[in-house]
Amino acid sequence: MKVLVALKRVVDPYVKIRVRADGSGVETSNVKMGTNPFDEIAIEEAVRLKEQGLVSSTTVVAIGHVASLENLRAALALGIDTALFVPCDEMLQPLAVARILQQLVARESAQLVIMGKQAIDDDNNQTGQMLAALLSWPQCTFASEVKIVEEGASVEVTREIDGGFEVILASLPAVITTDLRLNTPRYASLPNIMRAKQKPLATVTLEELAVNIQTGFKVLSIAAPKARKAGVMVDSVDDLLDKLKNEAKVIG
Amino acid sequence: MTVLIIAEHDNQSLKPSTLAVIAAAEQLALPIEVLVAGYQCQAVVEKVRSLKAVHCVIVADHEAYRDQLSENLALLLQFLSPGYSHILAAASTFGKDLLPRLAGLLQVSMASDIVEIIDPNTFIRPIYAGNALATVCLQDAVRLITVRSSAFNVALSVKEELAERRVCDAVYVLEKTKLIQRQETKSARPELGQAKVVISGGRGLQNKENFALIEQLADKLNAAVGASRAAVDAGFVPNDYQVGQTGKIVAPDLYIAIGISGAIQHLAGMKDSRVIVAINKDAEAPIFQIADYGLVGDLFKIIPELLTKLP
Ligand SMILES: Cc1cc2nc3c(=O)[nH]c(=O)nc-3n(C[C@H](O)[C@H](O)[C@H](O)COP(=O)(O)OP(=O)(O)OC[C@H]3O[C@@H](n4cnc5c(N)ncnc54)[C@H](O)[C@@H]3O)c2cc1C
Ligand SMILES: Nc1ncnc2c1ncn2[C@@H]1O[C@H](COP(=O)(O)O)[C@@H](O)[C@H]1O
Repeated sequence: MKVLVALKRVVDPYVKIRVRADGSGVETSNVKMGTNPFDEIAIEEAVRLKEQGLVSSTTVVAIGHVASLENLRAALALGIDTALFVPCDEMLQPLAVARILQQLVARESAQLVIMGKQAIDDDNNQTGQMLAALLSWPQCTFASEVKIVEEGASVEVTREIDGGFEVILASLPAVITTDLRLNTPRYASLPNIMRAKQKPLATVTLEELAVNIQTGFKVLSIAAPKARKAGVMVDSVDDLLDKLKNEAKVIG
Repeated sequence: MTVLIIAEHDNQSLKPSTLAVIAAAEQLALPIEVLVAGYQCQAVVEKVRSLKAVHCVIVADHEAYRDQLSENLALLLQFLSPGYSHILAAASTFGKDLLPRLAGLLQVSMASDIVEIIDPNTFIRPIYAGNALATVCLQDAVRLITVRSSAFNVALSVKEELAERRVCDAVYVLEKTKLIQRQETKSARPELGQAKVVISGGRGLQNKENFALIEQLADKLNAAVGASRAAVDAGFVPNDYQVGQTGKIVAPDLYIAIGISGAIQHLAGMKDSRVIVAINKDAEAPIFQIADYGLVGDLFKIIPELLTKLP
């Protein structure tokens, strides 16, 4: 069974982003970038399945700016077998990404796709579900535990839901999206970083895939949120309770 | 132009987040219909029919919809979608799972987690953990949207005469997914998304036993309990307590963060609260930058004092 993992290059989660004054977007030049944290978890899960002998090969794919090659190399250093890069400098919407991934799933004959539940830049939380729909596959979103069962015919997934958690059984092929507690990604060792340089990394163009990347979604403008007005420091519990009662009037 | 809202429920009661979606839809000034798909879910149907804003309730009552699995519901919605200009659900784990799947089936884009409606095609949604707000436009024939409940929390009026009820007999089953188990955290406290007061604890609590201090404080204030990711990861509390970019988004009247540093991802989930209180021993903790009232000190001294001084 072949696994496809999706990877998006995003602004590092700990960077305080800045909105451009002209409303055209968020400043991303000279900003620390990295692999979307949920995709790091997807990569780790794929590598573990391979190590356990439950899958035959793992491929990682990134669609986007050429700088994503750096992230693909990092994924190879973590144990992914092969990488695919789809160059595209346009901002893609989840539906377009899902269409591209659909084509790649077919080309690679992947039986399992593991991807992040959300990209932490646009916070869409859509692509995995859209891909599953396009493929008419089951979807196991917000996964916190993944078990391949029934001799590789199905996957049992624990999902984090608003009320607690649930366990579903889905037949393979399927799409899984990762939640934070699925695993803790490893670090790449130096020998593996060196070895990764020899691993196959191919480029596939949008023309080759012949995918329509136009969607009916337009971003009109990006603005900074209103800042909260500055608060005050109180110096005792009594002071705090007095403020909450008599100033903010939020407790009786 | 008509709006279809997907009711979220457990076959017995309607989730309050659906009320917020209906409140948001009222701003579109279009007729509102609500789909209640489930199994033996009459009580939910009656509840929705009693809401003044609702023109019609579509009932799809069949075992295929009992577990609310997105695979089946998305197919049902695809069948129902012609004729609707908007299809809305809450940005809950249920809505986030279902609506993008429907969008995939319909080959349309969607807007996730909107916080404001500008006009029937234009919406505002937070990106980058709420550090930027995008104004977006949906240009497909049907506009798919998930709604951030905390941004539309208004009371809905009820009416004497129940809304029209339309039965939908279509049954769709994608026999590829099965629910094995669903474990919901039971609590006598208010629900995190609905509570007027939320008390959250972080890594500063050190362990699960100490986290009981947060719970005692919550009981005094009739509050819901929340947590940072660090507290959840460390096993102090279950995952559904997590507040933040990738957990729950809350906006209560009063949010008290105790032993939480205030990482960007945590702030994303609570910075629209009306009044924020931070208690932390580190005066430099970023949480103080957004707090209305900050108290520097040891939570193991402060919480017991609060417990004795609160009525
Ligand atoms: C992709 C991604 C998504 C994430 N999503 C979320 C999310 O949804 N929600 C979320 O919360 N986090 C999220 N995080 C994690 C976030 O970045 C922080 O790591 C996390 O919020 C830290 O939790 P904390 O404040 O409890 O812990 P810490 O940052 O360790 O802070 C503990 C605080 O407790 C204080 N403290 C310690 N002892 C005491 C004491 N005795 N008295 C008083 N104060 C004390 C310390 O001064 C410190 O400020 C996410 C991270 C990533 C990368
Ligand atoms: N440009 C991209 N290239 C590869 N994978 C992507 C891309 N955009 C989104 N994804 C995948 O889709 C997941 C969810 O993204 P989103 O729906 O945008 O929140 C991400 O975690 C990635 O796994």
